[in-house]
Amino acid sequence: MAKTRPAPKSRLAPKTRPAPKAKPAQKSRPQLPKAPTGIQGLDEITGGGLPQGRPTLVCGGSGCGKTLLAMEFLVRGATQFNEPGVFMAFEETAKDLAKNFASLGFDLKDLIARKKMVLDFVYIERSEIEATGEYDLEGLFIRLGHAIDTIGAKRVVLDTIESLFAGLPNQLILRAELRRLFRWLKDKGVTAIVTGERGEETLTRHGLEEYVSDCVIVLDHRVSEQVSSRRLRVVKYRGSTHGTNEYPFLIDEGGISVLPITSLGLQQIISTSRIHTGVARLDTMLGGAGYYKGSSVLVTGTAGTGKSSLAAHFAEAACRRGERALYFAFEESPGQIMRNMRSIGIDLEPWVKKGLLRFQASRPSLSGLEMHLTKMHKEVNTFKPQVVIVDPLSSFVSGNNEVEVKMMLMRLVDFLKVNQVTGLFTSLTASGGMLEQTNIAISSLMDTWMLLRDIEIGGERNRGIYILKSRGMAHSNQIREFLLTDHGVELRDVYVGASGVLTGSARLTQEAQEKAALMIRDQEVDLRRVELERKRATLEAQIAVLRAEFAVQEIASIKIIGQEKAEEAQLAQGRVDMGKSRKVDATANKPKRGAK
Amino acid sequence: MKMTEPKPASREAESNRYILRLYVAGQTPKSVSAITNIKRICDENLHGQYELEVIDLYQQPQLAQGEQIIALPTLIKKLPPPLRRVIGDMSDTERVLVGLDLRKKA
Repeated sequence: MAKTRPAPKSRLAPKTRPAPKAKPAQKSRPQLPKAPTGIQGLDEITGGGLPQGRPTLVCGGSGCGKTLLAMEFLVRGATQFNEPGVFMAFEETAKDLAKNFASLGFDLKDLIARKKMVLDFVYIERSEIEATGEYDLEGLFIRLGHAIDTIGAKRVVLDTIESLFAGLPNQLILRAELRRLFRWLKDKGVTAIVTGERGEETLTRHGLEEYVSDCVIVLDHRVSEQVSSRRLRVVKYRGSTHGTNEYPFLIDEGGISVLPITSLGLQQIISTSRIHTGVARLDTMLGGAGYYKGSSVLVTGTAGTGKSSLAAHFAEAACRRGERALYFAFEESPGQIMRNMRSIGIDLEPWVKKGLLRFQASRPSLSGLEMHLTKMHKEVNTFKPQVVIVDPLSSFVSGNNEVEVKMMLMRLVDFLKVNQVTGLFTSLTASGGMLEQTNIAISSLMDTWMLLRDIEIGGERNRGIYILKSRGMAHSNQIREFLLTDHGVELRDVYVGASGVLTGSARLTQEAQEKAALMIRDQEVDLRRVELERKRATLEAQIAVLRAEFAVQEIASIKIIGQEKAEEAQLAQGRVDMGKSRKVDATANKPKRGAK
Repeated sequence: MKMTEPKPASREAESNRYILRLYVAGQTPKSVSAITNIKRICDENLHGQYELEVIDLYQQPQLAQGEQIIALPTLIKKLPPPLRRVIGDMSDTERVLVGLDLRKKA
């Protein structure tokens, strides 16, 4: 078999080989040229901007931001990309437009003076017009052509060309002329935005989408639960890939910003560095080092379990490291938070004054989720914090919008991760409910989930903390009791009794018992020590006695030895004397030895 | 391409004098027929009490914006007030007359 395999391979080879070659060729093939809008987020959705040299239809209901989008496209084109533009307004006069957009910081008058823009208000009054036979829109063409040529415009906006239908009779002529207009715009090579009012069944009231087929963007402004939200969707983009979702967008003092977050893949840079939680013993519980940098942390718990305190600790710890922390408060005002935290010994005010800590407090009901999200984005982008706190997340949930909240959170988490910002989210769980169930929807988004809970034992309510999960680290599995002391959150030692972890007075009792036991043990040890000392003393006394006895014996022995020696000496002397007296030669002994 | 046709007029007729401008785009069939039609209508109905100026926007495109021209051909009745616009090739004489306030709308 092994031998036969190469054969089919070689047969396949000619077929398979061109394919990999073709793929890189596809990648390197020129992309559809695009004109960047400069509008935050929109260029990301469209993969670079609107189709260059082609008309784009922007449609939606009244007040959804069509004119603004179109105008921002022109203004940014003129200021950022050096592409002058012509704005042909059919609804608002040039004066009104200039006035309206001045509030957004667009100085149209200046742009017009610098020949970067032409504002042309087309006035059509049906009552003034009498139609007498065949006509065409050549006047409009001439007018637009002249405007384009005088400033060398690359961009054109027609807002809203559908007004022609109201102003001019004979729809047949109009339709034919519009078709010609869009073709003419293409020939001119200008990137155009044509706006259209939303129709009942069609995208636009007069079916403009029929003529403008290269790119269609639909704007929407809807109200749910009394909160309005704006959304943008690229319905069609011929010759280019694009994000197809509905993207929330925001109109504020800086113009339009769109949130394309869900279009991002999961390709964040992952950090292995850790950051402290602000509570030393909690760091220990989390593998000894705290949270991962850039991770998302969820702190859930019932009311009054210390979620905000934990968040404040985290914020303060970040500020201490010299990092910036951004605190989104949705239930308390910054002043209230600072006062409350001061009571447990966390003084946040100096950090606010130093500019390391910033509070953003607002009611969740102030605006739609998207608006909040966009605001958060803006804040994060401008403040560039290392740590973001959202306190609490649960206040966004009203009615049945948990899915939306999850979507929003997902976007926020992704966004924070991409920016390597560590996020801490608190969430209130209803007491009595299943603590671990209510947040399942969002928990999967979180890297670390800490649960704060009340432990009711012996007629008391005490606070416990445990780590439900913490991705990528060996974390403690213990339920720890913690106290809110005047110097912050303090984790207590663990006392495990017969009925589980002991908390509160039960723990105190246990502590006292242990203390008592320890004391008894200490006393016993002391007793033993004394006993030992006594024994040693006795022993030493005995040794002294023995030593004394020995000394006596020694002296006696030495004395005897002395006497013996003296006697021996005397004996020897006696022998010499005796020999002398017997006249024995002293050397006579020597031959005796040699004879032997 | 200017075609002004000043006619001697008496003082009391001055207030009724019609000042008309016809905007066209080149020598298209529509332009040509509009010019002939309006001349005929004016001659028949205004008896020399008018000034007609024919302007080719291809020659003077800058005029289009100021005069709010969209459709072509456009005839603008500057005087007497109110300002009126008549668009098209002026083939419908009745409507032209209505547009010039020479006849009430039927």
